Amino acid sequence: MTREAILKGKAFKFGDNISTDLIIPGRYAYLRSNLPELAKHTMEDADASFTTRVRPGDFIVAGNNFGLGSSREHAPLIIKMSGIAAILAKSVARIFYRNAINQGLPALICNTDRIDDRDELEVNLAAGTIKDLTNGAQLTFGKIPPVMLAILNEGGLIPYIKKYGDFKL
Amino acid sequence: MGQTLSEKILSQKSGVEAKAKDIVIAPLDLVFVQDTTGPLTIKQFQESNFKSVAVPEKCAIFLDHATPSPSLELSNDHLLLRHFADETGCFISEVGEGVCHQIVAENFANPGDIIVGADSHTVTTGALAAFATGMGSSDVAIALALGKTWFRVPETFQILLTGNFPEKVGAKDLVLYLIGKIGADGANYKALEFGGETISSMSLSQRLTIANMAIEAGAKVGLFPSDEVTLTYLQSQGRGHKYKPLQPDTNATYEKIIPINVNQLEPMVALPHSVDNVAPVHQLKNTKVHQVFIGTCTNGRLEDLAIVAEILKNKKVHPKTRLLVTPASRNVLKQALKAGYIQTLIEAGAVLLPPGCAACLGLHQGVLGDEEVCLSTSNRNFKGRMGNPKAYIYLASPAIAAATALTGKITDPREIP
Repeated sequence: MTREAILKGKAFKFGDNISTDLIIPGRYAYLRSNLPELAKHTMEDADASFTTRVRPGDFIVAGNNFGLGSSREHAPLIIKMSGIAAILAKSVARIFYRNAINQGLPALICNTDRIDDRDELEVNLAAGTIKDLTNGAQLTFGKIPPVMLAILNEGGLIPYIKKYGDFKL
Repeated sequence: MGQTLSEKILSQKSGVEAKAKDIVIAPLDLVFVQDTTGPLTIKQFQESNFKSVAVPEKCAIFLDHATPSPSLELSNDHLLLRHFADETGCFISEVGEGVCHQIVAENFANPGDIIVGADSHTVTTGALAAFATGMGSSDVAIALALGKTWFRVPETFQILLTGNFPEKVGAKDLVLYLIGKIGADGANYKALEFGGETISSMSLSQRLTIANMAIEAGAKVGLFPSDEVTLTYLQSQGRGHKYKPLQPDTNATYEKIIPINVNQLEPMVALPHSVDNVAPVHQLKNTKVHQVFIGTCTNGRLEDLAIVAEILKNKKVHPKTRLLVTPASRNVLKQALKAGYIQTLIEAGAVLLPPGCAACLGLHQGVLGDEEVCLSTSNRNFKGRMGNPKAYIYLASPAIAAATALTGKITDPREIP
């Protein structure tokens, strides 16, 4: 599906109900037109050391209702800027889900209980499977709806519209 | 086949029979942004090489989240938004006019409309039987340019309300109770549709409070049918001709029906740091409060200020507690001045802030200190929401807020003589 079908990286594990205020607090709204500065505060109130530890290709792994709250698309945008290759969660809040896909950031719905913080993961986007290389667990994730898959495959909504000029459902 | 309100509106607008789970493309009656999501929306719009919006009179920009601007960066964002409005002919609501959702209710939303806004509380005008939902900047950028967007038709939970509200118990207590019952993700991707005998006696203001918080259970929309109350409100706003009756079919298919007898409700409070962490007010007695914040798209309307003024009349705010009051719009402020509520609040010791979002999202006008406690009539109490991750936010009704401002502790409004 996307550019690279097999993704490999480490898990950054979070719990349930990680709000958009934890991902990027409202107090930094004055930086929203300065994305590199804004991105320095990614996940700050959930894990203050996140931006110094994350490496390109890593994954955010969470529980239920990831990204609840505000419609601020800056949340998935700066998660993607930080190098995160995909979000794995038991469920993702509706607006965040659509925003992540629109930013070309895969949000994958799966049971994340068996993944621990810092586990090494291999995600096969085309096959819909996740391998935890640290503990050997094999997981599958739910299908991304076709309309959103088409948007994700173009790298997000803006590249999709630039290519097609309209919604092609 | 019988249709829910969501299916009905999306069918009427898309021109195809829309059933839950279908994907439809529908034209939009209003597309809007506010000042903290607008700049990214414009960036996405320009990156897509669009020069003009599809229908300028159906596009709006609201300066409300950071108004008057507390920083040069946000002032420059405002300049960008004003420039975009000048170039494209979009409506712009200036500093001091009020919160986008209140102004959309006052001036734009009609039964059967489809509205998308780059703000999660766009659901508010579901109170007027408009299919109104929040989206991100990319979706709204494309919606501005094309005048349409795609929707997944949501499955619906019907909230069936019976009985009458007890004294000093109202819409906020009901919606907090509901969110506590189903959880912060209890209605993720779903529509909430309110029905039952109680709604005909609920004012439009109360309906706006409830629809506003549908998103706090994850819902895509919070819809009320249109009725006499809707018609009277539209007439009062000079839009009586925009009224149309809109009810779900009696044989509509609901994924779940949640009955609530409002007779049994008590004044409710949401505890830190989650909106579904709900308890009756009597369990929180003696919780010390440093700041009370009354206002927002949830509870900053005339009816809310009337409740507060009644409780505060000829009394003084507790000396160790700050009371901040923000009317939801200039229109609300004007009416509250005329009714004498503002005079009452000021004499009681309240600090009046200009119409807008104010302290709700932690940018300015009431940022909390470390370990401080705020009781707010707003809709979110997430950690860090009011500008400080070391502070604590409780959510409650205007009646609880006013009673709490008097005593300095979370207080049951029924205990204020």
